[in-house]
Amino acid sequence: MTESTDNTLNMLEIGQRARIIQVKGKGSSRKRLLDMGMVPGAVLSVSKKAPLGDPLDFKLKGYNLSLRKEEAKMVFVEVLRD
Amino acid sequence: MAKDKIRVALTGNPNVGKTTVFNAITGAKQKVGNWPGVTVEKKIGIKEYAGHSLEIVDLPGTYSLTAYSADEIVARDYIIEEKPGIVVQILDSMNLERNLYLSTQLMEMDTKLIFALNMSDLAEKRGDKIDLSMFEKLLGVTLVRTTASEGEGINSLLDAIISKASSDMSSSHKIGYGEEIEDRISILEKIISEDKALVSKYPSRWLSIKLLEGDENAFSKLSSSSIQPVVERFLSGLDLEEYEAEMADKRYEFISKILPQVGNTCVEDVSASDMIDKVITNRYLGIPIFLSLMWGMFELTFTFATPFMELIDMFFAFLAEVIATNLETAWLASLLGDGIVAGAGAVMSFVPNIFILFFLLALLEDSGYLARAAFIMDRLMHSMGIQGKSFIPMLMGFGCTVPAVMATRTLEDEKDRLITMLVTPFMSCGARIPVYVLLAGTFFGRQAGSIIFGLYVLGIIVAILSARLFRTFIFKGTPSSFIMELPPYHRPSPGNSIKYMWNQGSLYLKRVGSVIVGGVVAIWLLAYFPQGVEYGSAESYIGSLGKLIEPLVSPLGFDWKIAISLIFGFVAKEVVIGSLGTLYGTGADEGMLSSVLLADPVFTPAVALGLMVFTLLYVPCIGAVAVIKKESGSWKWMLFSASYSTAVAWILSFVTVKIGNIIFV
Repeated sequence: MTESTDNTLNMLEIGQRARIIQVKGKGSSRKRLLDMGMVPGAVLSVSKKAPLGDPLDFKLKGYNLSLRKEEAKMVFVEVLRD
Repeated sequence: MAKDKIRVALTGNPNVGKTTVFNAITGAKQKVGNWPGVTVEKKIGIKEYAGHSLEIVDLPGTYSLTAYSADEIVARDYIIEEKPGIVVQILDSMNLERNLYLSTQLMEMDTKLIFALNMSDLAEKRGDKIDLSMFEKLLGVTLVRTTASEGEGINSLLDAIISKASSDMSSSHKIGYGEEIEDRISILEKIISEDKALVSKYPSRWLSIKLLEGDENAFSKLSSSSIQPVVERFLSGLDLEEYEAEMADKRYEFISKILPQVGNTCVEDVSASDMIDKVITNRYLGIPIFLSLMWGMFELTFTFATPFMELIDMFFAFLAEVIATNLETAWLASLLGDGIVAGAGAVMSFVPNIFILFFLLALLEDSGYLARAAFIMDRLMHSMGIQGKSFIPMLMGFGCTVPAVMATRTLEDEKDRLITMLVTPFMSCGARIPVYVLLAGTFFGRQAGSIIFGLYVLGIIVAILSARLFRTFIFKGTPSSFIMELPPYHRPSPGNSIKYMWNQGSLYLKRVGSVIVGGVVAIWLLAYFPQGVEYGSAESYIGSLGKLIEPLVSPLGFDWKIAISLIFGFVAKEVVIGSLGTLYGTGADEGMLSSVLLADPVFTPAVALGLMVFTLLYVPCIGAVAVIKKESGSWKWMLFSASYSTAVAWILSFVTVKIGNIIFV
């Protein structure tokens, strides 16, 4: 079930799952995000936040990837409801 | 039978056990250096096996072969330009999906590829079943199972390398990128085929793909080619960013298609690492755990090393003594004793710190904690313009700048590393303490403690402001990003850590040692000559130099004596005090020096405070300057660091003395 389509990754709460719609932005950060598996269609979940609230850690493709909120804002997702 | 040398490149994602495989193959026969022009580490090892000589090159660990970082460019240029006989990718069997992304790029490079499925024991224990022959068939490469930590599968890997080297089967597996992109690829391949030199050098499909991804490094390979303008015109009409995403997507799509065919891999929702992280990165516990680990690391590096350093000091003092009593020619005895032996002593005195710190850093990295440390501290450090991993070098700076600057190599991003390297010397190192203790004790009595604390805080503030300044003005327009894997926790391998410690330590001795000895001897020459004067006195060349630069420091209220002692402080900051002792004729008696300084009208409390501020901030000692040169890979950054810190020292001492003159009348 989908909820909304203009969410970005930084808006998710711990434990929430989402499907990636697209990665916006330019340059090397975007390239890196794509390389690390943040491709459209990929499903991920928020596994934790750092003690000071940023960065965020996600579980995707069976591993853990951490991003600052800054980078997380580049990734547009649809939130999945179980 | 003639031995033929086979060049083998090892690639793979970070944290897949690549170093363990490299160590298992090459044992002690390793050479460590740098790739030309960059500070990326280069490791080469030789292995004699079954009548063949294998030259194993350990490429930097990368997730991809785009031009994202210096590591990736180094790895890909080695494969594409140097054309090794065999490329081995080490894969983490526990995380095939992301690991295979790099594989899809390697498969486009027309090389002889072997995949080593490492940590296969763990994957089997988890219940994974992988059909090797199906896997080989689908990917068109040779596969070997390894458990490098137990040494298993290494011989099969070597056998595979040798048989693959004599075959002429190179992998040119194609991933379909969809009609539109495939059309563009064939057009580009056609354009490229016009330039025969280019075609003989680079696989044309690979080059076309990189060009369509908007890869500037790939585009620069066309710079001397006649087809460059044609390619440029063709690309300018295309939406390369769209293609880039599309191609990454297709690669992952390819992977998700083949994975179910080669077996079932179990991916747990909550792994053991996730459980450990519930504590280690916990909102309330994360920071206290981090701080106690850092405290332990600092204590081990500096307190634990002290007896070793004292032994080394004693040995070199003894050596100098032996030379002094056995050599008749005074100048020769002094050159050897005060110059060369003292210089070698200075080089060696850093060795215990460096060895211990690098052993601990390797353990942290290997265990997976270093990434967590970066994760925990990033918020704080990012607000200063650097990133989480910068915390460790800066903290170590309180002990000694030399190992601290070397520890910046744990930072992958070149700019983050440079900024951290440039600000680390402002963290007040242990060698500055004797200066503070004497001056603050002499001039501020019961306030000495607060004064010294204030100096530490000042150093931290200057470091933070400088980092922000560098990020804003020198590295502007290039924000660092933080896109980092938190690798699964592992039991660290002491063997790997010892090897890492040994490699780093010997690299320091080879590259930095001679610079330090050279600097110490140069200072000796200035202090000893002209013939017949007292060492380091006003009549020596260094004395004249001090008088020459006196006008530069007189606005701070410093006279030529202070100027001379500051020049000596370049050898090591605590030498400032010894030099003042010589100049005031009190020798090593600090009590006497203290009362003589109090009696000297030049030394007002304001000037004493200014001198402490200057000692804290000005050009770090020669050892630190030498490692900055080595770690930044350029004279430019070394000179920048030296002049920036001295300028900051001058300005802040000036302000301190002026304010001090008002307060302490």
